[in-house]
Amino acid sequence: MSATGEALTPQEYIEHHLTHWGSGVDPNAFWSWHIDSLLFSVGLGVLFLWLFRSVGKKATTGVPGKLQCLIEMIVEFVDSSVKETFHGRNKLIAPLALTIFVWVFMMNFMDMIPVDWLPQVAALIAGDHNQHLRVVPTADLNVTFSLALGVFGLIIYYSIKIKGISGFVKELTLQPFNVKAMIPVNFVLESVTLIAKPISLALRLFGNLYAGELIFILIALMYGANVAIAALGVTLHLGWLIFHILVITLQAFIFMMLTIVYLSMAHEDH
Amino acid sequence: MNINATLIGQTVAFFIFVWFCMKFVWPPLMSAIEERQKRIADGLADADRAAKDLELAQVKASEQLKEAKATANEIIESANKRKAQIIDEAKAEADAERSKIIAQGQAEIEAERNRVKEELRKQLATLAIVGAEKILERSIDEAAQRDIVDKLVAEI
Repeated sequence: MSATGEALTPQEYIEHHLTHWGSGVDPNAFWSWHIDSLLFSVGLGVLFLWLFRSVGKKATTGVPGKLQCLIEMIVEFVDSSVKETFHGRNKLIAPLALTIFVWVFMMNFMDMIPVDWLPQVAALIAGDHNQHLRVVPTADLNVTFSLALGVFGLIIYYSIKIKGISGFVKELTLQPFNVKAMIPVNFVLESVTLIAKPISLALRLFGNLYAGELIFILIALMYGANVAIAALGVTLHLGWLIFHILVITLQAFIFMMLTIVYLSMAHEDH
Repeated sequence: MNINATLIGQTVAFFIFVWFCMKFVWPPLMSAIEERQKRIADGLADADRAAKDLELAQVKASEQLKEAKATANEIIESANKRKAQIIDEAKAEADAERSKIIAQGQAEIEAERNRVKEELRKQLATLAIVGAEKILERSIDEAAQRDIVDKLVAEI
């Protein structure tokens, strides 16, 4: 519970935790920013790139250090996943998969930090106990959708690049029923299939992380009640945290794998 | 839950990150990994080759050892043969020397005996003449009788 400021009702507490640090006069207008999401996602992205870049620059071909080992393990894991699934020749796919995997994992990992820590720090810095801060960028629909739209853009780009516009249009209209009369039906079916890709990517990640965050918030509420419930809360917190280690890794992996699979499909000429 | 401009900013960041990763992060890491893989593969190949070389060297060494043993045996054998030969030669030489010495000795003895015989014969002749002179007491022409005495002496 908030240590500074007046006591919040559970509803206010949850609302407080689910409100973004936004910019702009009207928080519901399109031209406003979720400063916290951008701050943490870009910060983590920069951290990821800086870390991997500095290790890559110093990488020895001899006996590697522990950090280099860890990073090489991740890189090799991603590389082998890409090689197993993606059979075309494209220099972008593997670094793309690495970026998605590590970045999404790091953003998901923000969920493991106790829900009140960073908002409290932010409130102290801002000097306003009402300061909003959501630290899990992937629990923000904007972030997951932007990732998914990025992947979607690449799917369309490579579909057209590999198959040409006519090939892409044919793929949308002549499947699954290769009959002229069925073109509208095909188009509807294939468009849904195509659009379902980014939406499912975005919503899957968002749903998992949002639910995870919400449960952490609910568990955090228990600490404000009596000792018995707080003790139960500790147990639940620990259990959910351990389970969540699996969830965040799995979600990062699924996002990466599906990206590879979708791009692999985009490269295939039927 | 509202979608707002964060989406755009985030998408831009996403593409920048992917680009940066592709340009500056992936290549050095991958080249380091591949370089190391190559070195490990080379090392393993070297180790294999070294093991094979060692095996070959061992075979070669044992062969050479065998050869050396054979040569040594040959040398010993020939030395033995030579020794026997030398001994035989020495024996034969010694034998020849011995018979030569013996023959020489015998010849010397023979010559001495002949010389002594001749001496004795001469002395006997003289003795006989002296004896005959004494027996006859008178002058006998020594020269006239001499050939008779010589004949006698020769018959001895």
